[in-house]
Amino acid sequence: MKRQTQARIITLKIDGVDVAAREHETILELAQENNIFIPTLCHLDGLSEYGGCRICVVEVKGSNRLFPACMTPATEGMEVITNSERLRLYRFSILDMLFSERNHVCSVCVSNGHCDLQYLSAKLGMTRVEVPYLNPKVDVDASHEHFIMDHNRCILCQRCVRVCGEIEGAFTKGVMGRGVNTRIIHDLNGAWGDSDTCTSCGKCVNVCPTGALVEKGKSAGEMVKRRDWLPYLRLMQED
Amino acid sequence: MVSNTRKLEPPSDDKRWRIVVGTMRRNGFARHSLIETLHTVQESFGFLDEESLHYVAESLRVPLSQVYGVSTFYHLFSLKPAGKHTCVTCTGTACYIKGAPQLLAAIADKHGINPEETTEDGNLSLLTARCVGSCGLGPVAVVDGEVVGKLTPDELLARLQEVMDHHDD
Amino acid sequence: MMIERFEEITTEEQTAVAEHDHTVKVCVAAGCLSSQSDQVLDALKNGVGEHRGCHVKGVGCMGLCSQGPLVAVESKTGAKSGSVMYQNVKAEDAPDIIQSLGKKPVARLELKTNVPFFQRQTKIVLENCGEIDPERIEEYIAVEGYQGLLTAVTELSPIEVIDEIVRSGLRGRGGGGYPTGLKWTTVAKMDGPTKYVICNADEGDPGAFMDRSVLESDPHRVLEGMAIAGYAVGATEGYIYVRGEYPLAVERLKIAIRQANRLGVLGSKVCGTTFDFNVHIRLGAGAFVCGEETALIASIEGKRGTPRPRPPYPAEYGLWGKPTLINNVETFANVPAIVRKGGAWYAGIGTEKSKGTKVFALAGSIQNTGLIEVPMGMSLREIIFEIGGGVPNGNCKAVQTGGPSGGCIPADYFDTPVDYESLKALGSIMGSGGMIIMDDSSSMVDVARYFMEFCMTESCGKCVPCRVGTVHMHTLLNKIYKGEARRHDLETLEKLCDLVMNTSLCGLGQTAPNPVLSTLRYFRHEYMDLLVDGAEDGRGATAVDAQLLEAQS
Repeated sequence: MKRQTQARIITLKIDGVDVAAREHETILELAQENNIFIPTLCHLDGLSEYGGCRICVVEVKGSNRLFPACMTPATEGMEVITNSERLRLYRFSILDMLFSERNHVCSVCVSNGHCDLQYLSAKLGMTRVEVPYLNPKVDVDASHEHFIMDHNRCILCQRCVRVCGEIEGAFTKGVMGRGVNTRIIHDLNGAWGDSDTCTSCGKCVNVCPTGALVEKGKSAGEMVKRRDWLPYLRLMQED
Repeated sequence: MVSNTRKLEPPSDDKRWRIVVGTMRRNGFARHSLIETLHTVQESFGFLDEESLHYVAESLRVPLSQVYGVSTFYHLFSLKPAGKHTCVTCTGTACYIKGAPQLLAAIADKHGINPEETTEDGNLSLLTARCVGSCGLGPVAVVDGEVVGKLTPDELLARLQEVMDHHDD
Repeated sequence: MMIERFEEITTEEQTAVAEHDHTVKVCVAAGCLSSQSDQVLDALKNGVGEHRGCHVKGVGCMGLCSQGPLVAVESKTGAKSGSVMYQNVKAEDAPDIIQSLGKKPVARLELKTNVPFFQRQTKIVLENCGEIDPERIEEYIAVEGYQGLLTAVTELSPIEVIDEIVRSGLRGRGGGGYPTGLKWTTVAKMDGPTKYVICNADEGDPGAFMDRSVLESDPHRVLEGMAIAGYAVGATEGYIYVRGEYPLAVERLKIAIRQANRLGVLGSKVCGTTFDFNVHIRLGAGAFVCGEETALIASIEGKRGTPRPRPPYPAEYGLWGKPTLINNVETFANVPAIVRKGGAWYAGIGTEKSKGTKVFALAGSIQNTGLIEVPMGMSLREIIFEIGGGVPNGNCKAVQTGGPSGGCIPADYFDTPVDYESLKALGSIMGSGGMIIMDDSSSMVDVARYFMEFCMTESCGKCVPCRVGTVHMHTLLNKIYKGEARRHDLETLEKLCDLVMNTSLCGLGQTAPNPVLSTLRYFRHEYMDLLVDGAEDGRGATAVDAQLLEAQS
C-alpha cells in the first residue's frame, strides 16, 4: 500500500546509484521506480506480497543474508546489490528448481511466448536445467466451462489464490498439502467446474504467470494474458 | 477476530456433533478456532469427511478452500477413516537409530502395508509419527493408543496379532 | 493477601509431609507411563492402605527414562533413613517395596544414585521434576512456586523485571540463543494496549523430549514464567502452543491453568493486583515448521502453518498483528528462578556468553537414556561418557545435536564445551537440546539422508528452494547411499546445500542442509567410499558392495 501522506524520505544506494525512498517502500518498488531490473515471479502489482519464489533476492552490504526485494523495506543508508555473480547463479538455480518440479514443455504450451517463467529464463540467459526432472504425475482439470487448470505448468506462486480472495472475494482457489505435494485446489478439492463459489471471473487465468491457467480453445502460443486492470481494481478498493 | 453467534444445525442427530458444537461455541464460533474444531471432529469421528468439513466451514464462516488447505497441511488430520486397529511407529531420530526401519519393514512384509496405508480388510492401519517423545524407550510404537517400547520386529508383530485376535473374539 | 495464602498452603503441605515417615514417589511422566508406571502407582497406593505414616504419590520425570518405571522412597525414620531409588519396577514389586519401608531396601530393584548421572547435574529448570505432584498446585507453592510472580507483580516494576532477565544473561532455549532480555525489552517498548505472550511448546525435533517432560512434570513453572513475562512486556493474554502428540502434557496444563485461575495467580487480578493474565492452550496438529515463530502464529490464528519473511518480527507484528513475545518452554521455565534468586545468581552459572544451565535429552546408542540438566560449558565428553555412561558397544562415533537443523559432531571433538558459540563453530547448533549418540554401526550418509527426508516431508511448500531443493538433495543422498552416485552428484549436492541454505524463506529451509554439511565436513570419506568413482585410485563402491548395502537397508 502506497500512501501519499507526508512520509519521511530516506536515502540509500541500489547498485551504486543514490535513490530516495518514502518510508515503508520496498526495495522492489524503489528499483522499479528507478528502472533497475529485479526479476520477480510471485510478485504482481496489485496483489499482496507472498515472498515465496525467492527469485528477487538481493544482497545488502554488511549482511551475509539475502533479502527478498519484494518484502524488504528500504532503510536509511542501505546499500543494495541486485545483480552480482552470486545472485545470478542463485537465480539460475531457482529456475532449475521450478523447471524440474513439474512438466514444463514450452513448445506445446498455449502460453508459449507469453509466459513469465519462460521470459525470465531467456532474459537471465539460462541455457539448461542442471538437476534431473522430477516428472510428477499431475492432473489437468478441464471441467470448467471456459478455463483449464493444468497442474503440469503450475509454479505455486499463488497469484491465482490471492486474486481470487483479495480482489474477487470468492476464495474458491486455495492450496492443499505441503512441500512438493502442494497443489492448487478449488473449494474442497472438487472439480473446478463443480464449484459453487467460483464466479467464472477469469482473473486467476489472467494473473497466472505460466500456462497453468488458460482459456479453453487456445492452441500453442495463443494464450495472451491481460493484467492492466489489476492495479486499478486495487486502488479502487483502497479508496 | 469477528465472532459469530449463528448456530447451524449439525448434519445429523449424531450425538458426537454436540461435542463439535461445544468446541466452536467455547471459541465464540471465531474463525481462528478452525484447527481446534477440526481436532474435535477428528477425535470424535476418527477422520474428517466432506460433510463435516462443509459443516465446520459454514459454522465458522471460513472458505471451503481454506478448510481443505488446513486439513491437508497438518499430519494429525486424516481425510480417510483409519483401520480397526492402528499402529503408529515412531520414526524420530532415536527410534530410527535403534531400528524403526526394521519395524516398518516387518509390518510391510507380514501385512503388506506401507506407512499411511490400511490393510485391504480395513483391520490394520500403519502410521508414522515424527517423534512420540519416548526416546528413552526406542524403538517405540503406539498400538491402539498404548505406547510399547524397546521393540524388536518380532515383538511388534506379536503384539499386533494379539490386539487383532482379541478384537475378533 | 496472596502472600499469606501462600504461607498457609506451605504450612499445610509441610505438616502433611511431617506426618509421614515415608514418601514413595512414582514417576508418572510419559516415559515411565509407557512401561505401565500407573499400575505401579495403583499397586503401591492399595498396598500401603494399612501401612501408616506412608504417603504414595505420582511425580514427574526423574530423568533416567531407560530404566523406568522409576520409584523413589524417602524415609525419615527407620534403619535406613534417607532416599532410595528403584528401577524397572513392576506392579508385582509393590508388596516388597512396602515391606522394606524403614528397613533394608529391596536390593534387586535398587538403582545406585551415587553415580555421575545423578551427582553431576545442576537442576534449575528440572528442580521440581520427580519431586512434586504435577497435578497439585499446593505442592508447587510449597517449593516456592509462584513466589517469583508474586514478587514481580507486587514489588517490581515491569522494567525492573526485564532488568533482572537482562542481568541473568538468559538466552532463548529454543535453538537460536537470542538474548531473552533483549526480546522482552523490544516487546515492552512497543506501543499499544494489546500484546501477546506465546509459549512455544511445539517441540518438533525428532529425538528431543525436554519440553514434554517439563510440561508433564512441572507445568506451573511454565505458566509462572509466562505470567511474569506478560507483566514485564505488558501483555494480558498468553497462548501456549503444544504439540498435538503430547496429550498428557496438555491434560496437565489444563489442570494447572484451572488451579492457578482458582487460586488467583492467573486470570483477572493476578495475586490481587490490577494485572490480568489469561492463558489459553492451542494444540498443534503435526507440522514441524510450526516451531518457526511466524508459522506458529499463523497456526494459532487457525491457518496453514506457513512462515512469512521477517522483518517485521513478531515483537512488532505478531499474533493478529499485535506485538508478541515468543519464547519456548525451557526459556520460560528458567524465569521464575531468575526472578526469585536474582539475575546475578543465574549469571554466575555457565560460561561467559552462555549463562545458566541447559536441559538435554540423551538418546540413541547410550547407556543412560534420559533427561539431564547441566551447566553450560560442560564438555560433550563429560555429558556423554560420565553422565550418559558411554556407548554400550564402546565405539562412540559422533553425537548429533540440534535435530534436523543441527549437525553431527565426531568423537574427536568431544572436549568442546557445550555452549551456543562452540557448537556453532563445529557446524552444529545447540538447538532445543536433543543429543543423539551414534556408535560405529551408524552410517553418516544414512543419518544425513534420514534428516533430509524429514526436512523434505516437513517443508511447508511455500518457498521454491526448500520445497524442491530438499527433494533433489534427498534423491541424491539416496543415490549416494545406494552406491550409484558419482563425484559430480556430490558436487550437485553441495551446490544445492548452498542454494537452500542461502535462499530459503525460513529457518527450516535455511538449516535443512546442516546435517549434510556437517557430515560432509567430518565424514567425507564415508561419502567418497560410496561413490562409484570415489576412491583416489578411481575404485569405489563396487557393484557387490552396492548389493550388500541394498540388502542392509
